[in-house]
Amino acid sequence: MTITINGKETAIPENPDRTIDSLLEELDVSQRLYVTVELNGEILDRTEYETAPVNEGDVIEFLYFMGGGA
Amino acid sequence: MNEQQIERYSRHIILKEVGGKGQQKLFDGRVLIIGAGGLGAPIALYLAAAGVGTIGIADADDVDLSNLQRQVIHFTPDIGKPKVESAKEKMIAINPDVNVITYKEWVSAENINRIIADYDFVIDGTDNFAAKFLINDACVLAGKPYSHGGILQFDGQTLTVKPGESACYRCLFPEPPPKDAVPTCSQAGVIGVLPGVLGTIQATEAIKFLLGKGELLTNRLLTYNALRMKFREIPIKRRATCPLCGDHPTITEVKDELDAMTVCDLKES
Repeated sequence: MTITINGKETAIPENPDRTIDSLLEELDVSQRLYVTVELNGEILDRTEYETAPVNEGDVIEFLYFMGGGA
Repeated sequence: MNEQQIERYSRHIILKEVGGKGQQKLFDGRVLIIGAGGLGAPIALYLAAAGVGTIGIADADDVDLSNLQRQVIHFTPDIGKPKVESAKEKMIAINPDVNVITYKEWVSAENINRIIADYDFVIDGTDNFAAKFLINDACVLAGKPYSHGGILQFDGQTLTVKPGESACYRCLFPEPPPKDAVPTCSQAGVIGVLPGVLGTIQATEAIKFLLGKGELLTNRLLTYNALRMKFREIPIKRRATCPLCGDHPTITEVKDELDAMTVCDLKES
């Protein structure tokens, strides 16, 4: 199946049980424990990661902490 | 405006979006820059050059040799000098019309409301999450528009917040990451030109806000990667569950995010 991650079309194996939480682990996303996930335009609450399914064509944004400035 | 001022701002004045009236709005404008470092340097220089009448600049730090690779408002002979003094000298040298107010202090829950009170627009040029969340909270609670900016290594992101109208930083990130969970520039490095790109965008937002022209960077997070030379815009929305500006806020006054303070912050404060 194909999903869009941070603007990039990405092919991932079919897996009907995949959730946002398992996707984060599967892709070894950096800042995995703190990253904010936007799914199809809606920012998810962290509590939703374990239940939100990942579907064909989903548009996902990982929003990372950037604390620098000096 | 006197003849010299008309000459100085002539490239602004011929823009139909600015004109003499717009230039007057910039003169009457009051912008606070928190952080006189990488982001603060281009912000302070451009706002002074543009003729923003009153510019506040807050930072408790002194200029260090390791700052000079990117903090272009500070020069080699400034090492050891308070950053706000070094910055003020350059701003006045560029434009003697500008009134620069310095705050040689770190922002905290105790002083931030007082510091931001007199300004129309605030710019976050700080380098730690404790300050970034504090600035967001104080500006949203005070209804003060502000520009968020963050950088790391080759990446940057920026967002303008119009409290009550657009998504705030906590709509994106409800709380700071645990201390030391996300590296800082001093630990992970930063390419020197990066804050120039992001800071200049933040200064642009302040100028557009004062002019009342164009569209602010609200409800969209602009991200930049210097290595791939890519800008991306991610649409975002206010979140009903935001702890600060949501339907049932749990944050109703400014507080210090002690868990997000680094050892360095604690030592300095």
